Amino acid sequence: MTAKRYPLMLCRHCDAKAVINMRQHKLALCGPHYVDWVHKQTARFIDEYGMFAPEDRVLVAVSGGKDSLALWDILLALGYPADGLYIGLGIGWGIGHNPDDDTGESEGQGYSDTSYGYIQDFVQARGGDQTLHVVDVAEEFGATIPAAARVTNRGREKPCSLCGLTKRHIMNRVARDGGYDVLATGHNLDDEAAVLLGNTLQWSVDYLARQGPVMPPSHPGLARKVKPLFRFYEREMAAYAIVRGIDYIYEECPFATGATTARYKDMLNNLELSSPGIKLQFYLRFLKAKKVNNLFENAHRTLDLLTCPTCGQPTTNPGECTFCRTWDRVRDRLAPSRT
Amino acid sequence: MPQPADNPSAVTLTYRRETFTARPGMTVRKAVEQIGLNPESVLAVRDGQLITDEVVLESGDRVKLVATISGG
Repeated sequence: MTAKRYPLMLCRHCDAKAVINMRQHKLALCGPHYVDWVHKQTARFIDEYGMFAPEDRVLVAVSGGKDSLALWDILLALGYPADGLYIGLGIGWGIGHNPDDDTGESEGQGYSDTSYGYIQDFVQARGGDQTLHVVDVAEEFGATIPAAARVTNRGREKPCSLCGLTKRHIMNRVARDGGYDVLATGHNLDDEAAVLLGNTLQWSVDYLARQGPVMPPSHPGLARKVKPLFRFYEREMAAYAIVRGIDYIYEECPFATGATTARYKDMLNNLELSSPGIKLQFYLRFLKAKKVNNLFENAHRTLDLLTCPTCGQPTTNPGECTFCRTWDRVRDRLAPSRT
Repeated sequence: MPQPADNPSAVTLTYRRETFTARPGMTVRKAVEQIGLNPESVLAVRDGQLITDEVVLESGDRVKLVATISGG
């Protein structure tokens, strides 16, 4: 019996072995040509969607994960003098990682500490010249995210809601105070398609109307928010990090276990397996329907935003914003009793 | 069906903290499917190098499967 022979997959541009085969693009590339392709595609998306200009000051939100570190690496390679922002959330490895800790905040090398370590390594590997803003939530606001969530009504079981609220506030503030024009995040196509699927299943027209790769500033002084990686599959960003030798935190946030987003991503990847490109088409045709066919145009409400008297950030209600009210409550509840 | 490794001449695949074995001569894609994973959700790394799904695995290969999907 003759052994079955499989052709070796080669790079489209040279005779080297391919390291990635992107079935949705019918494109296989070797390492160097893949890196080059990612850089050129990102530059094209930034330009095509009007994300920012070469003279704009860009702040990249970095978590220590593959997408945000890949984004920072790509922007630096493209010549943008992008700075980084890391927010220390104070998340440990979670319940069960340390059997002596039932709080979800194991001492020592926790999830947040490990994430920060990867970011420091990234900066050091590039000569240490990049500016990295670091905001430690516990130091600045009085409690870690898990500790704060336990004493508020926002996510006693899971702190994701409080985490999102706090990160948005800090990102807005650092971008505003630092005079940045643009805040860039590492959201990829899988992130965006999963959110789109969730919003569509719920027919959340307000969210559908707002979803997109570029969000103009909603308030004077706020930076434009952009997602330069929104057309890359998550798999492609992991491949980019591996090819570029970028070490990143591989483990999930302990609170993300069982997250709805991950389930939606799995569903979309099951579709992708039999229909290569379906994820990309799902998202791109949504954007086209919004732009060309004015889908959800009537749903796009322009909110009359007010200014929070405490932090100066936008709020829909008179008085303090949700962030300030929530953290005031956290500090009150965590303060030692005065009686 | 690949099982946790106990055969030194077999192909060893690791995914998160689990180890599996596969038959030499099988493609990466086939081995990934037999473990019960979606090839769209993982990348294969052999000797520190990324390899495509079509690569045929050889006896003694040690392949790390990298999960590419994050929850958040």
